[in-house]
Amino acid sequence: MKEFTYKICDELGIHARPAGLLVKKAGEFSSETIMYNGEKSADMKRIFALMSLGVKQGDTIRVTVSGADEDEACAELESFLKNNL
Amino acid sequence: MITFSGKPVSAGIGFGKVWIYDKGGMAVKRRHIADAEEEIKRYEQARALATAELESLYYKATREIGEAEAQIFSIHKMMLEDIDYNESVENIIAKQMINAETAVLQTAETFSKMFSEMEDAYMQARAADVVDISDRIIRILSGEATQNIGDGEKNLIIFAEDLAPSETLQMDKTKITAFVTSRGSSASHTAILARSLSIPAVIGLHREIGKELDGKPAVVDGYTGVVYVEPTREVIEELTEKKRKKDMQKELLAELKSKPTETLDGRKIRLYANIGSSGDLGAAVLNDAEGIGLFRSEFLYLESKDFPSEDVQFEAYKTVAEGMGDKLVIIRTMDIGADKKIDYFGLPEEENPAMGMRAIRICLDRRDIFKTQLRAILRASAFGNVAIMLPMIVSRDEIIRAKEVISEAKEELLAANIPFSQEISLGIMIETPAAVMISDILAKEVDFFSIGTNDLSQYMLACDRQNEKVAEFIDPHHEAILRSIEMVIENGHKAGIWVGICGEMGADEMLIPRFLKMGIDEFSVAPSQVLTVRKVVRKSRS
Repeated sequence: MKEFTYKICDELGIHARPAGLLVKKAGEFSSETIMYNGEKSADMKRIFALMSLGVKQGDTIRVTVSGADEDEACAELESFLKNNL
Repeated sequence: MITFSGKPVSAGIGFGKVWIYDKGGMAVKRRHIADAEEEIKRYEQARALATAELESLYYKATREIGEAEAQIFSIHKMMLEDIDYNESVENIIAKQMINAETAVLQTAETFSKMFSEMEDAYMQARAADVVDISDRIIRILSGEATQNIGDGEKNLIIFAEDLAPSETLQMDKTKITAFVTSRGSSASHTAILARSLSIPAVIGLHREIGKELDGKPAVVDGYTGVVYVEPTREVIEELTEKKRKKDMQKELLAELKSKPTETLDGRKIRLYANIGSSGDLGAAVLNDAEGIGLFRSEFLYLESKDFPSEDVQFEAYKTVAEGMGDKLVIIRTMDIGADKKIDYFGLPEEENPAMGMRAIRICLDRRDIFKTQLRAILRASAFGNVAIMLPMIVSRDEIIRAKEVISEAKEELLAANIPFSQEISLGIMIETPAAVMISDILAKEVDFFSIGTNDLSQYMLACDRQNEKVAEFIDPHHEAILRSIEMVIENGHKAGIWVGICGEMGADEMLIPRFLKMGIDEFSVAPSQVLTVRKVVRKSRS
């Protein structure tokens, strides 16, 4: 399993548009991808669950990736978050 | 006439007749089924159709309003693919042995509740997205067609409880003059869509829209948020005029925006805007003003209960200076007195306030108040292209004394290492007959003149502006005023400084050609008049 943390800079947080794009990105990999925000967690391949984390600007989220393509998935998700959120 | 009041979310005025948009046919009947597998298959088929609809909506929206706004439909598509959502629908079908419509409805309730219970308003508004995608599947499952606007109909004002973005988009917009909803938020996609399509919209009436309104004539004011059903003739006339003016402004804007303010014989004129507070900045920029020719600073004093601090003033001046970039911003030091009385100034009652303690007279008497304002203006000069303008000047001595206070303020800032522009220019208002008569002398002391025609008319023609009885004697075309302006321009030019007009006469279309012949260098007018003046200048010779 691989993981990273990231602090959200986007003023709207993880709103509908980036949530949709994140789901798309996570869907490209076979690994299981989970996002944690405080005590809540969500499968990053599920848009409603992801949005319901209510991730706001300034929140520090943690992402764990486990599976066959975890190295690549982890790197790509981290750079996606940095570039978009 | 019935009047509704809501929140204006898309500007414009729309005339037409009420068309009640009724979602109808969406009542879901709970029905037991025998074969869960068959019902799930039926659901999957409906979902595939819904996905196809959303794809075509996405392309339609991209063409009509652009990719950024169209994204919502690609998000809706992803929502329809959500594993949790689909599992919920399928579980309900299989476990309760009920029809797909009911299962979708129950799932929609659970998921939309999840959003409406979240803290932030944006996420709460997403409950509408859940309802929208669920309605779409239910409609397909029940074999209903979308409600379309009838043939031959036009100029419709759509009244609805709420509109989903897909509903708004599917309507034929050429038939629609306005949207009115009893619910909705300005963050809703419908509001965003209406704005990008330039269709006036008013939301959040918080009132039932009765069926009996259907087909009645109505008018929607998307500037104020007021909706009139069966409007009176006065309302129709008033709003027709308002629409005409706004439309004209839009045409002017399209025609004249970023065109130079230049006479036919190639003389460039400075065309600035008058503003009364930093809140007017947007209007000035929108109307393509080339600078701020008169920033009335009184609002800072009128809005507060005590003397506004240097920092409060600095922030207001800085906002405007930064907002205008490298364009000139002329801040007129406070013009309190006359008709603008403020309790905390503690000014004694005067028999004739227009000729009493006013403007620069107060400033030179209460140098502490004056210096606070000057320091704030000087500090703002570090953030843009700022100039100082003194009102109500009658003598050279007043300018000399004001300059002393400016020098003191500069020295203090320098000593405290606070940045400001050393080259800040200084001008005066020419609004008294005395200033006109000695304008040759005054011109040697300053960098520019701005003729305040409103006060100049009052003092030159001996007519109190507040006294309605003498209103008829205030003739802006009076030869005395016009000769005064000519004299001031001449004297200004002899001393090598520029001369402008910042009173209402500057926007008088009949007089502009004459001012240009006199050699005027600048007009400063209300933001809404900037483009009209540009139009007249471009048709005139100097």
